[in-house]
Amino acid sequence: MEFSTQTTTEGATRLTVDGDLTIYHAAEIKQHLIDGVRAGGVLELDLSHVGEMDTAGIQLLALAKRESQEPGRALRIVGHSLAVREVIEFLNMAAFFGDPLVIPANERF
Amino acid sequence: MDELLSVFCVEAREQLEAMEAGLMQLEQGDRDPETINAVFRAAHTIKGGSGVVEIRSVETFTHVLENVLDRLRNGEIEVSGDMISALLAGCDHIGALLTIVQEGGMEPDEELRQAGDAISDELRPFLGGKAPAAASKEVSANADGNVERDSHDSATSDCWHISIRFGESVLKNGMDPLAFLRYLLNLGEIAHMTTLTDALPETDAMDPECCYMGFEIGFRSHASKDAIEKVFDFCRDDCDLHILPPNSKVADFMHLIETLPEESMRLGEILVKSGALTQEELEASLRQQTDAKKVGADGTAPTRQLGDILVQQHNVQPELVEAAATKQKVVSEKKAAEASLIRVHADKLDQLIDLVGELVIAGASANLLAKKSGEGTLVEATSVLSRLVESIRDSALALRMVQIGETFNRFHRVARDVSKELGKDIELVINGAETELDKSVVEKIGDPLMHLVRNAMDHGIETAAVRAAAGKPVKGRVELNAFHDSGSIVIEVVDDGGGLNKDRIQAKAIEKGIIQPGETLTDQEVINLIFEAGFSTVEKVTNLSGRGVGMDVVRKNITALRGSVDVKTVLGEGSRFTIRLPLTLAIIDGFLTGVGKASYVIPLDMVVECIELANTSADRDYINLRGQVLPYVRLRELFEVPGSNPPRENVVVVQYAGQKAGIVVDQLLGEFQTVIKPLGTLFRNMRGIGGSTILGSGEVALILDVQALVSRSARSEEQASHGATGMRRLEAH
Repeated sequence: MEFSTQTTTEGATRLTVDGDLTIYHAAEIKQHLIDGVRAGGVLELDLSHVGEMDTAGIQLLALAKRESQEPGRALRIVGHSLAVREVIEFLNMAAFFGDPLVIPANERF
Repeated sequence: MDELLSVFCVEAREQLEAMEAGLMQLEQGDRDPETINAVFRAAHTIKGGSGVVEIRSVETFTHVLENVLDRLRNGEIEVSGDMISALLAGCDHIGALLTIVQEGGMEPDEELRQAGDAISDELRPFLGGKAPAAASKEVSANADGNVERDSHDSATSDCWHISIRFGESVLKNGMDPLAFLRYLLNLGEIAHMTTLTDALPETDAMDPECCYMGFEIGFRSHASKDAIEKVFDFCRDDCDLHILPPNSKVADFMHLIETLPEESMRLGEILVKSGALTQEELEASLRQQTDAKKVGADGTAPTRQLGDILVQQHNVQPELVEAAATKQKVVSEKKAAEASLIRVHADKLDQLIDLVGELVIAGASANLLAKKSGEGTLVEATSVLSRLVESIRDSALALRMVQIGETFNRFHRVARDVSKELGKDIELVINGAETELDKSVVEKIGDPLMHLVRNAMDHGIETAAVRAAAGKPVKGRVELNAFHDSGSIVIEVVDDGGGLNKDRIQAKAIEKGIIQPGETLTDQEVINLIFEAGFSTVEKVTNLSGRGVGMDVVRKNITALRGSVDVKTVLGEGSRFTIRLPLTLAIIDGFLTGVGKASYVIPLDMVVECIELANTSADRDYINLRGQVLPYVRLRELFEVPGSNPPRENVVVVQYAGQKAGIVVDQLLGEFQTVIKPLGTLFRNMRGIGGSTILGSGEVALILDVQALVSRSARSEEQASHGATGMRRLEAH
C-alpha cells in the first residue's frame, strides 16, 4: 500500500494510490484521502494502480468526495483501474463522482 | 336481517347524510368541484353497495341520481333550485327504501314505487339524452382535468424493487455488500441501481471499517421473492431489507417511501428509488424542467416543480407524488385515522357499562370491608383498586359519548324544508356541535328537539311582512346551541321571532280550563302553561306543528331523561327554550349524606359547598349565605325521617340552572360513585327522588332529584315572600 503525492503542471496535487482499496487498509486510506482533500486546492486522485476495491473502498471515496464539497476544495479522480471503474459503474456512481472514466493506455487492447 | 345488510344500511345512511349535507352546501351557493364530487361519490358508493348486497330497488333508483350528479360534475348542467329539491327528495326516497330493507322487506310497496318514479320523472329533465353514467365514468374522470386513479393501481415498473440498508457491522463481520449485490446478477438483471451514501456520518466520526451504504435496486428477474431474499441470507440480521415484487401496488411504494430512512432526498430520486419511475422518465422530466427554468449543472431543482411536471405527464400516480412530497406525514396520518375507528355493537357497550356498574358497587363494598378491618395494607390496596375502577368507569362512559353535531345537522334540512313550505326565509345557526353527551340521551332528544325547532320556525318566526313592519331583518334566525354546564348538557333553541304572547296564553288556558279566571299568576308561570297537556295556541293548525301533541309531550320526554325544559321569552324579540339534561344516565359521582339511619346521594356535580347549619332556632327555611338568601329544605322533614335533629346539622349547598338552594342533612359521608338504579313504576311520580343506588354495605340509598328540590325550595321562598296561595294548585299538577 503506497501513497505518493506530486504537484501537476496545472498546480493541482496528484495523489497516486498503489495497492488495494479494501477494508484491510481502510483506516490508512481514510487518513490519506481526507488529509489530501483538507489540504485545499484541487486533489487529483490517480487510481489507475488500484488492484481491488470493495465496499469499504468505494465508501471512502464517497466520503472524500463529500469532504471536497467545501469551498476551496475539489476532488477529481483522474485514473480509474479496471476494478475501480467496474465498481463505480456497477453501483451507478459515475454521476456522483462526476469524473470521466478514463481508460488507461495499458488496458487498451 | 343478516349482518351484511345491516352494515350496508348503516353505511348507506352515512353516505346519505354526506350527500344531503353536500346538496345543502350546493344550494347555498357553494360551487366547489370537491363538494359536487363528494355528493357524486356518496351516491356512487350507495349504488355500488346496494349492487353488492343485491337490493335492486336502491340500486336502480340511485343510478338515476348518480347520472344527474355525473352531468353536474362534468359541468354539463348547472346547479338549480329545482334540481337540488329533486335530488334531496331522491335522498329521502333512498332513506325510505333503506327503512324497508331494515324492516326485513326487500321490495318497496306500490305507493313507494310510485313516489320513486315521480322523483325519477322530476330528475329526467336534468338527464338529457346521455348514456348511462356507468359507461361514461372513466371518461368523466379525466374530463375535469384530475388524474383519478384507483389506489389499487399498480406502479409503472415491471421490476422487483429491492431496498437495502446495510448495517454498520457488516464489514467487520467479514462480509462485503458488493459481493451480495454482484451475486444478484446470477438471478437476473439489475435494471437500475442507486447507491445511497446519506448515512455517512461526519468525516471525523466515520469509522472506515463500518458500512454506511444503502442501495435501491430495480431488479428484472423471474426469481421468486424467496430466492432474492436468500441472496442476502448471510447478512439478514445486519441489514434492513425491503423487496417489492414487480407491478407492486402504489400503497406498497408509499409504505416503502415512508420507511426509508433518508430525509432530504429529492423527490425525483425517491421516485426513482421506489421504482415508480424509471431513470429515463425522470431524466425526461428533468430536461423539460431545464427548458422551463434554468437549472444548475448538478440538476438540483426545486423538487416541487419536478413533482408537478411528473404528474402532468401522467408519468407517476398523484398519490405517489403526494406521499413523497409530504414523506411520512400523509401516510401515517391516514393510517392513524383508519385505525382509530372501530364499529362496535351498541349492545356490547351497554353490557360493558352494566358490568362496570356492578364493579363499582362491588368495589365500594370491598372498600367498606377493608376500612372496617382496619388493616392498613388492605385499605391501601382497595383504594388503589377503587381509583382504577373510577378510571374504568370514566373510560367506559366516554365510549358512549357522541357529539351532538350529527343530531343538529339534521336540522339544516328541516330548516330548509320548513322555510320553503312556510314561505319564510329562515337561517339556522348551530353552536357547540362538538359538545358530547351520552348516546342514549342523543337518541331520545332528537324528537323533542325537532318539535322545538319546528315550533320556533312555525310559531316563533313571523312572516317576512310582519318582520319588515316590526323593523327586524327579513331573514329569521333560529339558533341551536349546546354546551356543558355543571354536570349537565344544556341545549338551547333560540329564535328571534315574535315571542310568546302572555295574554293569549292566559286566555287560552282559561278557555281550556287549565286555570280559573281571576287566578293571579306570575309572568313565568303563565309562560310555563304552554307545557300543560292539551295546550296549543296557534289558531291555524299547520302541517308542521300544532297537532295537539304539543309542548307537554316535549316536557314529558325530557323529564323522562331526568332533564328539564324551560322557556324565556320577550314579546316581539323572540324566545329561548333551554333544555337541561344529565350527561349520562347510568353512573354518576355522588355525594353521600346521612339523615338518621337513611343515606341519600346528591349528584356531586351539583354540590357547590358544605357548611354547618349554625343557628337552628328559628323555624324559617332560609339562611344568610354571605349576604345572600339561601333557601333550604330539611330532608328529615321532607321525607319524614323519624328521630330528632342532631345537635350538629349540615347544609349542602347545591346549584341547578343558576339557582342555589341548601339541603339540610345530619351527616356528610363524602364522595361516592353511584350506579343509578331506576325506581319502580310505583314510585315514578314521587317528587324529589331521582333514583336509587346500592351502597357497599348492601343498603339502599336514595338519589335526590336536586332539580325538583331546588325548584321546590325556590317556590316556597317565593310563596312566602308573595303570600300568594294560587301556587299550591299549580304545584299539584
